[in-house]
Amino acid sequence: MRIKVANQARCIGCFSCMMACARTYYKTVSLKNSAIDIQTSGGIESAYVAVVCHACIEPPCAKVCPTGALVKRKGGGVVFHKDLCTGCEQCVGACLVGAIHMDGDAKAIVCKHCGICISFCPHEVLEMRQVGDADDAHTKTSCEG
Amino acid sequence: MSNKPSVAGLANVLYIDLTNETSKVVERQDLHDKYLGGTGVATMLMHEEFKEGTDALDPESPIVLSIGPLSGIFPCCTKVVAMFRSPLTGEFGESHAGGRLAMAMRFAGYSSIVITGRAKRPVYLSIYNNDIRFKDASSIWGLSSTTNIGKILRNVEPSAGKRSIIRIGTAGENRIRYANVNVDTYRHFGRLGLGAVFGAKNLKAIVISGDGEIEVPSKSAYSKIYKEIFTNIVETDLMEKYHNLGTTENILPLNELSGLPTRNLQQTFFEYAETISGENFADNYLVRKISCAHCPIGCIHIAMLKTSFGPSHEYEVKHISYDYELVYALGTNLGILTPEGVLELIDRCEQYGVDIISIGVVLAWATEMSMQKRSTTEETKGVLLKWGDVKNYLRAIDLIVESPNEFYSALAKGVVFASKKYGGEDFAIHAGGLEIPGYHTGVGNLVGLTVGVRHSHLDNGGYSIDQKAFKNNLSDEEIVDMLIFEDDIRGVLTSLAICLFARGIYTYDAIIEALATIGIERSEEELIELGRDIFMKKYELKRKFGFDLDDVTFPSRFFETASTNGMIDEARVQNVLSMYKKRRWGADRT
Repeated sequence: MRIKVANQARCIGCFSCMMACARTYYKTVSLKNSAIDIQTSGGIESAYVAVVCHACIEPPCAKVCPTGALVKRKGGGVVFHKDLCTGCEQCVGACLVGAIHMDGDAKAIVCKHCGICISFCPHEVLEMRQVGDADDAHTKTSCEG
Repeated sequence: MSNKPSVAGLANVLYIDLTNETSKVVERQDLHDKYLGGTGVATMLMHEEFKEGTDALDPESPIVLSIGPLSGIFPCCTKVVAMFRSPLTGEFGESHAGGRLAMAMRFAGYSSIVITGRAKRPVYLSIYNNDIRFKDASSIWGLSSTTNIGKILRNVEPSAGKRSIIRIGTAGENRIRYANVNVDTYRHFGRLGLGAVFGAKNLKAIVISGDGEIEVPSKSAYSKIYKEIFTNIVETDLMEKYHNLGTTENILPLNELSGLPTRNLQQTFFEYAETISGENFADNYLVRKISCAHCPIGCIHIAMLKTSFGPSHEYEVKHISYDYELVYALGTNLGILTPEGVLELIDRCEQYGVDIISIGVVLAWATEMSMQKRSTTEETKGVLLKWGDVKNYLRAIDLIVESPNEFYSALAKGVVFASKKYGGEDFAIHAGGLEIPGYHTGVGNLVGLTVGVRHSHLDNGGYSIDQKAFKNNLSDEEIVDMLIFEDDIRGVLTSLAICLFARGIYTYDAIIEALATIGIERSEEELIELGRDIFMKKYELKRKFGFDLDDVTFPSRFFETASTNGMIDEARVQNVLSMYKKRRWGADRT
């Protein structure tokens, strides 16, 4: 299963998803530690863009990880072994989507596709999908997800 | 009561000295322990920083921006309180804005920012965590559009999407006394002229962001209370109206109740209310709703204005945020018949950065002066104002901001100043020197606006009390008690910088639970007492600024136009006012 940005244009930019993600996996309250990132594409006047892991079948981030911290997950995406992460940031560069960034301890922040963000989205922007679903290719999304 | 919060970094005050281009950070746990944050802490900082006798536009006149302890941590705690001496009324200035500023201040690590001095050249402040820079703003000073200021700064500053950009337009630069500060394009520090104070300080803009983290004592307790509050917001109907039609939902009901000021409050219903109703805007103009950072409601309603400018299907398209007060001030109160007209006027004001309620009332007063032939065409530079005439109103807005002669300079100083100079005080509709918001509902509204610390409908919601009185016949004593109750609880809510639209969510119980998760223990009694204390401290400030409730006068228009509760009797208003004073301050003050 993976998170799908199904209805990008419905996003109101409230950041509830980001707060939920960061709160779930970190001891602190923040925006920075969220694996999903809500960006603006030219200020609040223009549309929001949700950047989140695509759960690639052959994840480039895992291919470049020198320590085995990122391991290909069955059914798409990666499993992240935080203790093995040395903060080399190679995965950040390898991810074309821009879905990986580093936390305050120089460890990668990687989406687990747990879906907590979905449960806090007030506008059904995000959905849970089976990787490779037929319907996956025909969604209303623009440049991501 | 003064349990120390166990969360670090929630009491940092950033002091900015524009004259010397220096800054320092001081942890003011003392103030936050007692006053929580927001309006409470801002009031105390103002007491410390304001030196008696300092003019509103003097370089030394301070600006305070404050958020609350829940900001960035709980949903809907999205407001920032600005406090200053108002250049419009000369007295207490307080204005609240949403957008992304509260979130940005929280994660940059500041609960308050105090700004004093005057920069030697136009500057903007760039704040990223503890990196504070004073940057040259000469090349954007004089730029005609506040939207473009945002676009330019966005390209040269970091943290896309998580930062806040607040800026003034040419109205602020020209010190129009009711110039506003634009916050993230669609929100504002609207009322009482903060924009002119920025202008007088040579401060064009502030760009702020940060990537801080906040450690709460118990993550599980926090997550549990967060979820309860979040669920209440999105799954009950407590905030539904703000999301659905937004504040313009009020146009039709207030019209029906005869409480909607129309054509400078010559009447309280608008014959064309349907055309500019929230329903019509939503059905035919609304294209998008967005939210303040960390609020799942999305009450910011954006309309599309599509205007033809050529024969071959040439269109220009603008996205404009609209709200109830704007549709009143630049709609009903000027007799504007179409949504397009209202949107065009809103957009013009937005680009200059002026408070729309104030300029709407000023224009309405000037229209009556013009129609009664009490202003000359030389004074108005040939602009003949009449109800519904969008083109001439656009021209008049340009001229007010430009202030090319004495007449327009007077209009730029507000309706009280202009009417003192040129007459027409009877129909200069203001309360406590501030142009009135869109309600003429009865005694509760009139007294509420008068006694309210910032003479705003949001101080105590008198208009809402009148609507209850209309249904249930409240006694004057009950009205006074309700005003005092609202004054005080709103003091608590705004000390936490909670959006007042979420006041149904953040009951005393919810506030107590939320505060407990960040280590602040308060009882309901303590919170009520805090609200009262803050109100009193604000009145101390008001007296320092020269305000005396005993000196208040009313334009006769208030007593000549029927309200929701019928004609308002001036003697009754005076009586309710005395009752309020007696209950607030005891017999000796009446």
